[in-house]
Amino acid sequence: MTGHDLYLLSPELSMAGLATILVVLDLFLGRKDLLAWVAVLGLLLPLGFAISLWVGLDRDGTGQMAGLFDTLSVDKFSLFFKFLFIGTTAAVVLTSTDYVKRLGRLQGEYYALILFSATGMMLLASTTELITIYIALELTALPVAALAAFMRDSRSSESGMKFLILSAISSAVLLYGMVWVYGYTGTTNLEEIARRIGDVGLRGDQPFGGYALLLGVVLMIAGFGFKIASVPFQMWAPDVYEGAPTPVTAFLSVASKAAGFAILLRIFYVAFPWEAMSLEWSAIFAILAVASMTLGNLVAIPQRNIKRMLAYSTIAHAGYLLVGLAAATSRASEGNLLGGPTGILFYLGGYAVTNMAAFGAVIAISNKTGSDRIEDFAGMARRAPLLAAVLTLALVSLTGVPPTVGFMVKLNIFGAAVDSGLTWLAIAGALNSVISAYYYVRVVKVMYLSPPAAEERVPSPLPMTVAVTVAMAGVAFFGVYPAPLLDFARTAAATLRIALIF
Amino acid sequence: MISEIAVWLVFFLPLASFVAIAFVIRPFLNGYAVTAGYVSILAIATSLALSVWALGTVAHEHTSVEFAPHRWLTIGTLEISLGVTLDSLTAVMLLVVTSVSLMVQVYSTGYMKGDPGYARYYAYLSLFTASMLGLVLASSLVQLFVFWELVGLCSYLLIGFWYHKPSAAAAAKKAFIVTRIGDFGLLLALLYLFFNQDKFPAGLNALNISDINDAALGVLGSNVVTWIAVGIFAGAVGKSAQFPLHTWLPDAMEGPTPVSALIHAATMVAAGVFLVARFFPLFEASTTAMNAVAVIGGVTAIFAATMGLVQHDIKRVLAYSTVSQLGYMMLALGVGAYGAAIFHLFTHAFFKALLFLGSGSVSHAAGGTFDMRYMGGLRKVMPWTYVTFLVGSLSLAGLFPLAGFWSKDEILAHAWGAEGAVSQVVFWLALVSVFLTAFYMFRALFMTFEGDFKGGAAKDPKADAHGHHGEMHPHESPWPMVAPLVLLGLAAAAVGFIANPITDLGVVPIHWLTTFLSEGAAHETVEFNVGVATISSAIALAGIVLAYTIYGVRRPAISPEAMGRWFRPVHTLFYRKYYFDELYEGVLVRGVFYRGVAQALDWADKSIVDGVVRMVDRLGRNTGRAMGQLQNGQLQGYGLAISVGVLLIFGVYLLFR
Repeated sequence: MTGHDLYLLSPELSMAGLATILVVLDLFLGRKDLLAWVAVLGLLLPLGFAISLWVGLDRDGTGQMAGLFDTLSVDKFSLFFKFLFIGTTAAVVLTSTDYVKRLGRLQGEYYALILFSATGMMLLASTTELITIYIALELTALPVAALAAFMRDSRSSESGMKFLILSAISSAVLLYGMVWVYGYTGTTNLEEIARRIGDVGLRGDQPFGGYALLLGVVLMIAGFGFKIASVPFQMWAPDVYEGAPTPVTAFLSVASKAAGFAILLRIFYVAFPWEAMSLEWSAIFAILAVASMTLGNLVAIPQRNIKRMLAYSTIAHAGYLLVGLAAATSRASEGNLLGGPTGILFYLGGYAVTNMAAFGAVIAISNKTGSDRIEDFAGMARRAPLLAAVLTLALVSLTGVPPTVGFMVKLNIFGAAVDSGLTWLAIAGALNSVISAYYYVRVVKVMYLSPPAAEERVPSPLPMTVAVTVAMAGVAFFGVYPAPLLDFARTAAATLRIALIF
Repeated sequence: MISEIAVWLVFFLPLASFVAIAFVIRPFLNGYAVTAGYVSILAIATSLALSVWALGTVAHEHTSVEFAPHRWLTIGTLEISLGVTLDSLTAVMLLVVTSVSLMVQVYSTGYMKGDPGYARYYAYLSLFTASMLGLVLASSLVQLFVFWELVGLCSYLLIGFWYHKPSAAAAAKKAFIVTRIGDFGLLLALLYLFFNQDKFPAGLNALNISDINDAALGVLGSNVVTWIAVGIFAGAVGKSAQFPLHTWLPDAMEGPTPVSALIHAATMVAAGVFLVARFFPLFEASTTAMNAVAVIGGVTAIFAATMGLVQHDIKRVLAYSTVSQLGYMMLALGVGAYGAAIFHLFTHAFFKALLFLGSGSVSHAAGGTFDMRYMGGLRKVMPWTYVTFLVGSLSLAGLFPLAGFWSKDEILAHAWGAEGAVSQVVFWLALVSVFLTAFYMFRALFMTFEGDFKGGAAKDPKADAHGHHGEMHPHESPWPMVAPLVLLGLAAAAVGFIANPITDLGVVPIHWLTTFLSEGAAHETVEFNVGVATISSAIALAGIVLAYTIYGVRRPAISPEAMGRWFRPVHTLFYRKYYFDELYEGVLVRGVFYRGVAQALDWADKSIVDGVVRMVDRLGRNTGRAMGQLQNGQLQGYGLAISVGVLLIFGVYLLFR
């Protein structure tokens, strides 16, 4: 390991260091409410390192910097996700303050676990080698299992337990898939895998050019499908989302999902780029996309608990995001080469601000009313005008109605599908968006039209107000002027092209 | 040289004023509503200063100032961008909009004093002005369309400002709906361009206004150009109240009078003429479109003037006069007199704003009525208003050497000199309109200011006099209202000769404005035509003299009543506005739409659409519940689902491939 390797890992290392400091600080610090601010300000450190790496990439013009025995690559693609994770983590920390106050002890540990999980995600976005991917994935998942069980009541424990066991199962499936790929190619390095598959040659009469690859790829899709909560690997999501502390749910639904898509894009664009293969895997993703969005949206309709509803909503959004992976078939035309990945990154950015706004408002309201039931949001427009407005805007954005960012990202990702000749998929996505309006708008209706159960105002603590206001501003700003975020996503996605040239 | 920020600020300052008033002053400082006026005036005054700077830059550089557009959205291969254009047309329009708006806003501090909606009023005015400025600055058609609709929305809000009055609410609705019909044409043109980027050569953007104009000649087929131009013109017809979508403008008088001045002089109706001017190269590429513009303009000019002859309401006279004058501008554009059209828009803005503000001042004195039959004799009590109103009327009638004379003559000379039968026809239409204009304007002037005072609002059964019962004592208006009148009066008198002189003035070169506007294009300026000018002046004088003999003397040889009796059928036709309201509302809306189309759609909506919705609803909820059953909380089941899912994918591949 050289100094340069340390520099490449600096965002992750500083994030992990920050987590350790928080645990230690918790022992000495009398005012526990300062922990959240320490965590948020401390995040400026990994942010600074990430910015410095980005600037370095621009200056050198190299596109990517490989390090640590070629197991990881710092490029704009991974840095995009690092920015996303840092931002999401900051929002989760800010929205957690009220929750954490009720814990009494273990406050430092709570924040530390979030930061450790985020460290895993940042690492995951950079890795280019199967074993490291697996390690990073476990680092991402294990703290989340502990976090899900953090409340130590029966539902929270159940939630943590379920997540742990199903996570283990899916890891096993994933590892098994990796074994097949390793067995076929003899390497765990992603670029090397692609090269060796090319050397061996793809057999036209077998799916994926070989049965071994079929097994490997499908099992890996199943493993990552768990991570992103895609049908039929989504069953854990509603139970875990409902039982876990709501900020953890937000973290799962935004950061964890983004991490899953980061590594899916990396693996499939770098290791399996051959046209004969990509036609096959994009077909699988197309099917999973339709299944996820349809099931997520339909089952969300009868839900009475807002966290469960949002759980199904995130399943549906996993479906919309998978459209971007399905839209890989247009590689014939140079201009659209990266329409799908760009769409996914753009979508993830827009989805992150939207969902953080939604969860922030839900957390603030539920903390006060002590209920997650949708009917208890009645009359919130009068009891908490700001939070109700934020939640409304977020739900409108999740539906995909202009002038919110949710519209822009959907437009972009469905557009990528159309460019890839998948018009039917875009139509399915649009129809699903209509269905989703049914349950999203119902919450708005309850908040604005139903009479409030109590007249008491619902206050919003300062860190929460900061987080939701920033998120809401993002939803509105990128809804009207998406160009900066889209350009960012496009630049980041362009990295994947580098891997394609050979 | 002007920076891009400064140009954007012209638009952003009134917008910021709107935000400040609507979201800060009105909710939190409503006790200090009067500050709303100052904020708004400060913003628009700064915009005016920046506009002067912008005009100076463009005039000095002798070329339009180009700013690179900012990419907003990319859809497929089509890039939609936002940007500002600063060419001579924009620069002139900026000056007109900001200066008239400033005058109107100063005037309103007096006129709207004490109104409970004072802050709201200024919020709307700021937004209205900002929208119009945004429209004028827009470099892409999408951007233009957004502001176009915002202008429409603001006019709706302001016409219906006193929304508790049913007639105001109805007028606002009418203005909104009728202009919407024209907007549909504009939207169709926009959509056509949106979907046809591939018809444009590389480097030209289908939604960029200057690119559309560039592509109009030669690149696009002539049919395509004609249809786009007709669609755009439809939008202009609605907004500029041209025949046959003119019906909303007279009703729009329900708004506060300063708003009428703004709508008629600088914002809203001028937008239509501006739109055609903005796309002038496109129109020029299609003879059909040009002829349509000329004919509609000419017909509107004479048609509106005839209705103006018989109105009792002073604001309605002015409203028909606006419609008629807008017809002039359109016909000028139609015969290719681009510079003359904008010149007329320029002079018209000043004298029409003046006349409207003057009518507001008159009504203020008469206790709130606008009915000229209850006025009279106001000359002695309100000398300032009288003199300025007289200047405005003379200017509108087109008498030497006032502003209206120069611009109107420029249009007539162009129509006279232009080729083709259409130009000849519209020339005669315009010439007859000159007579009518002079007549109705001086009829209004004499009825209002001469003779004896006839009681004002106290006598008018329709006026909701604010407790003004009994004897009325008319008086001159306060200085915030008189000062803008005087300034506008000076402009209405002099601006024509100074901006576009027929001889070289030294500081101002010959034909400065029209030359400036035509910069870079091949529209030649027409020499001042003494013959046409003499004839049109003689005709205008004849109109004034006729008005005097009927309305100006105490015992007229021909009384107005006798005139009405002799020409009863015609009089009734004019007074009932050619029955267009009846045709639209009675026959088209009630007959065709309510009884025919609407009923059919109602049935389809209730049975088919609702039926489908209910079915989807039931299906969705039941499916959702059924699938939710699988979610039974049992971990084994979840693990099983993963395995089954993997096996399913394998199965599909092995069996069906």
